Amino acid sequence: MSLAVESQTSKQLKRAGLTALTFLLMVVMCVPGLWVVLSAFRPNGEILAKPPIWIPEAPTFDNFRKIFGLGTDQVAIPVGSYFMNSLIIAMTSTVIALAIGMAGGYAFARYRFRGKGSIFLGLMLFRAVPGIALSLPVFIIWSKLGIIDTKIGLIIVYVSLNVPFTIWLIDGFFRQIPLSLSEAAQVDGCTRWQAFWKIEFPLARSGIAAAGVFAFLTSWNEFALASQLTRSTSSKTLPVGLLDFTAQFTIDWAGMCAMAVIIIIPALILTFLVQKHLIAGLTFGGVKG
Amino acid sequence: MAEITLDKVVKKYGAASVVHGIDLEIAHEEFVVLVGPSGCGKSTTLRMIAGLEDISGGIVRIGDRVVNDLPPRKRNISMVFQNYALYPHMNVRENLGFGLKIAGESPDNISKRVDEAAAVLGLTPLLDRTPAELSGGQRQRVAMGRAIVRRPEVFLFDEPLSNLDAKLRGQMRAEIKKLHQKVRTTVVYVTHDQVEAMTLADRIVVMRDGRIEQVGTPMEAFNHPRTTFVATFIGSPPMNLLPGVIAGGAVRLADGTTVPVPDRLKPHARDGRKVTLGIRPDDISPVGHGLSQDGPGAEVDLTVELAEPLGMESLIYTRLAGQEVLAKLYGPRIVQPGEQLTFRMALDRAHLFDAETGQSLRLD
Repeated sequence: MSLAVESQTSKQLKRAGLTALTFLLMVVMCVPGLWVVLSAFRPNGEILAKPPIWIPEAPTFDNFRKIFGLGTDQVAIPVGSYFMNSLIIAMTSTVIALAIGMAGGYAFARYRFRGKGSIFLGLMLFRAVPGIALSLPVFIIWSKLGIIDTKIGLIIVYVSLNVPFTIWLIDGFFRQIPLSLSEAAQVDGCTRWQAFWKIEFPLARSGIAAAGVFAFLTSWNEFALASQLTRSTSSKTLPVGLLDFTAQFTIDWAGMCAMAVIIIIPALILTFLVQKHLIAGLTFGGVKG
Repeated sequence: MAEITLDKVVKKYGAASVVHGIDLEIAHEEFVVLVGPSGCGKSTTLRMIAGLEDISGGIVRIGDRVVNDLPPRKRNISMVFQNYALYPHMNVRENLGFGLKIAGESPDNISKRVDEAAAVLGLTPLLDRTPAELSGGQRQRVAMGRAIVRRPEVFLFDEPLSNLDAKLRGQMRAEIKKLHQKVRTTVVYVTHDQVEAMTLADRIVVMRDGRIEQVGTPMEAFNHPRTTFVATFIGSPPMNLLPGVIAGGAVRLADGTTVPVPDRLKPHARDGRKVTLGIRPDDISPVGHGLSQDGPGAEVDLTVELAEPLGMESLIYTRLAGQEVLAKLYGPRIVQPGEQLTFRMALDRAHLFDAETGQSLRLD
């Protein structure tokens, strides 16, 4: 009896400890984000106040109005263009990276071919190279090709950044699907192509959605390479646009925070929309077990 | 008409050959079971008939068509997989109707034929469930339903019962047999379980190391095994094999015990020939407790080492010529280890194999 009570108490202590640790970690991760969101809704003066003011005293949408040029004082930052650039670049590169990732992942999961292991390892090693290390060579090559400061230039960079990752993730999901399902579909009258679209694709959908979200977020949030490769309103993305708020002597923190919120929202919405698919496990049950 | 012909069919993976040129003819509506230990090439052979493996050499015909280069969908076959391979994202109705939908059947027709197949297999109350919500036996039935609903010319079964527990396996075995009687179709069935092979097959094909060891009815394979491999693989418990030498019309075993050569094998038993004497446990029994007391026989006194009572019969482990020998005692009688009994061997059902080749002497 006393033993049971003791273990009960130690369990509770352990749980309390874990909760405290989780809380601490969440604070470290969330407070900067929270600060950004709060700061988007207050004037610059309040942001710089000492001691810090946590809860905005007079919440305001002025920062957003300013960015979109709706207020009295105009800020010459073309947020609309940046937003569209970001959207076009992230969407296009995601779609292409997913298409290549699906084809590649399927091939790695289902086919035997020469050099399969080395090619896969090569892809993973490529992922290990920090993108910024490649920025100078990419800059030189892109400028020779005449695609510096274009959307297509950035799309190509993001596709190559994302493809190893999408292949790796989608390969894992296809591997989980028993080969016999595709074989059964082929015996049932499907071509290999039909078997893929009607059986294997729906079952790997959650994995493909996850790969898509990750690829989109990578492209959407990427700053370092974009800041090197884009210059003008026609190709700059939102994260690069944040730099527009810094002048030689001043930084418009409030505007920057408002813009950061604008960057975060689509990413949040996307993650929310596909979260159902992010929960894997659809494959189980069709085979024994 | 859907007879299947395999003509010198070979399967190679790179340089390694796994099926070495097998010949087999399967008649229309025949139930043929490919049986053998794992790695004998039986599943590979089935998959070559299905079109799921490329054929490295030889010819496969279904009906009068050479199907070597046809994809599975053009062979008019259906297949039940070992892991059932039900589509997890579809319910039972959709699983059953999938093949018909792909074939472009009308929704009315699909639903009619799905209902028919479901009725045959007792799946009607389960039609709206997903595979995850079914038990092993139910999944097995759905897999069979998916196979019959398309009314193919050939059914292929790849170890369909090996994931079920013993009791369910017995039930499903009977259902498969009933199904074949209802839906007359050519069936090729792969298993490593000789009981399944014996009970289901019109003809058994015993395979070993990518070759066919024997083709015949279950009773032929049981009563007239061509090799020691078939003799030990078919029948449970396996046949006892005792090495010996022919001397003066008898087999002299290692310890000097002599067992007379049955008359029908005498022409092949020349003196000095090294042989293996094969005798099934059912044919060695304590005197008065055997299947038959007639016919030629030989009696030996043996000591019981272990007895396994099975109710109406007991399996007795004993030792003859320094080798463990299984015997059967029919009738309810308790036997104790150490007990000495006189056993009678029914020699009309004994077998002699060449010691070197393992071939039955009657094939000389």
